[in-house]
Amino acid sequence: MMRFATLIKNPADWMKGAGPHSEIVMTSRVRLARNLRGFPFPGFSQERQRVDLLEQVRPVVEQLPEMRDGYSEDYTELSKIRKQVLVERHLVSREHAARSSGCAVVVDRKQSISIMINEEDHFRIQGIRPGLSLHSAYELVDRVDTELESALPFAFDSKLGYLTACPTNLGTGMRASVMLHLPALVLTEQINPVIKAVGKIGLAVRGLYGEGTEALGNLFQISNQHTLGEAEPEIIAQIEKVIEGVVRSEQNARAKLKEDHQTMLQDQVGRAFAILRYAHVLSSKEALNLLSMLRLGADLDLVGNCDRSLIDMMLLEIQPAHLQLNAARELSPDERDSMRAEITRARLQSIDGPGSFPPSQSTPGGPPSAPNDE
Amino acid sequence: MKCDVCENEASVFLTQIINGQMTTVNLCESCSKAKGVTEETGFGLAEAFLSPTQRSEDSMEVVCNACGFTASQLKKIGRMGCPECYNSFREGLDGLLRNMHKGTRHVGKRPMSVGGTAPQLLPRQRTSVVREETSSPPPPMPVPAPAQPSDVSKLRADLDLAVQEERYEDAAKLKAEIERLQPKAPSQ
Ligand SMILES: [Zn+2]
Ligand SMILES: [Zn+2]
Repeated sequence: MMRFATLIKNPADWMKGAGPHSEIVMTSRVRLARNLRGFPFPGFSQERQRVDLLEQVRPVVEQLPEMRDGYSEDYTELSKIRKQVLVERHLVSREHAARSSGCAVVVDRKQSISIMINEEDHFRIQGIRPGLSLHSAYELVDRVDTELESALPFAFDSKLGYLTACPTNLGTGMRASVMLHLPALVLTEQINPVIKAVGKIGLAVRGLYGEGTEALGNLFQISNQHTLGEAEPEIIAQIEKVIEGVVRSEQNARAKLKEDHQTMLQDQVGRAFAILRYAHVLSSKEALNLLSMLRLGADLDLVGNCDRSLIDMMLLEIQPAHLQLNAARELSPDERDSMRAEITRARLQSIDGPGSFPPSQSTPGGPPSAPNDE
Repeated sequence: MKCDVCENEASVFLTQIINGQMTTVNLCESCSKAKGVTEETGFGLAEAFLSPTQRSEDSMEVVCNACGFTASQLKKIGRMGCPECYNSFREGLDGLLRNMHKGTRHVGKRPMSVGGTAPQLLPRQRTSVVREETSSPPPPMPVPAPAQPSDVSKLRADLDLAVQEERYEDAAKLKAEIERLQPKAPSQ
């Protein structure tokens, strides 16, 4: 099997590849919750039972064609920092990482599929793809699920579907979620009506980072709430349709920013680049918000030779556990802030920056916040 | 793992909740027979074996007889104890699900083994998951109830009401009556 260092050294498949609408949709993820018949759910079983179950099912999972030569680790063998790195890579859930004995994760070589054992359910099978591609993420997990069910007796009821620890996952056991970068909707203050409209259709919207309504880095996650009463393809088609609409709104907002507020936009992107390129202390919040502006600048061709995947990689590298893994020790918050700046300074060394771009042909009226005094 | 009674290797594992505390008993083949703990009788006897005095306290409440999860635990944490809990706490479940989901009936993927018809009967699970005899899972759970005759439906409705009104003593009686009228499906 693969070693942790090898797994993390390589960028995941979804980080390298571009999918449909990658400039706005960062990833599409689908996870299935599955349980074994005749066993209490992990939250209601004893450690000994969980360890026992893990020992029996882990070889089955590791031998799946998709997972062969992948990464497989028992949580008792993983340090806190390493587990947190897996969380930051979206390979395991925060809840799962908080557990230890009786838990394990198996990840395929491409980091497209991860299978958590003894999460809230016995199995959480997750597929992740770049861009708006819930369909292909579902195909990944559907195949793995079908292979697993031929070896393991999953708890299934003909009326209620797949039986899960929490009734909110009952039926398909499927949660499909999309991670979106929506800086223009935030800048033009159109984000709240969009969130409200999406919520009304029965989808959940939340900021990826940050507490409550705060969405650091203008990153949002939209996912289905209902799992019972609709078939998987229906649920996925509905979310994709909604996301197409959100993507159009963001595209319109970007076009509007470029047309009506070009100076403000160039100013924001320029400042973001300058701080990320030259700062020596960066909090996580500041870095996320600046990287968001830089990504917007790259998407709108305001920053020369800046590859989007470089920025997406930085979004991971500046996370606390990635910083500590990189330093090979625990870091205090102050140390993290300086290490974070060290990384953005280094990564942006080879980037031309927005200054080298020809100034706008005409001098369009800037927004009220950035008056043009020429 | 050693048997809790003698020093032999244990092959029967029983989990039970007693006064909110999870307890597991490990027994070898002969001790389990000596205690009368067999697959058919399952957890009921395990409970008797563990704490003969404390049974009556809990009998007021609906309890999952597969895992020992209680209705009040479900109410408190909003999660089930085991897959069989969905059968044990079926009463009142539809209302809960209606608020939570688009429907109350699964219309999506089905396991190959189910093949779009009724779920398979259970007793095969032991051999399919467990390869070593010494590390067997808890005994198999009761089979989900087959289609109900109308008098059972009536009892179920009464039970539903009793649970809603938190008349657990009545609920327990009704549940026992339903179980009497509707004997467990034959094992194969
Ligand atoms: Zn013994
Ligand atoms: Zn149960």
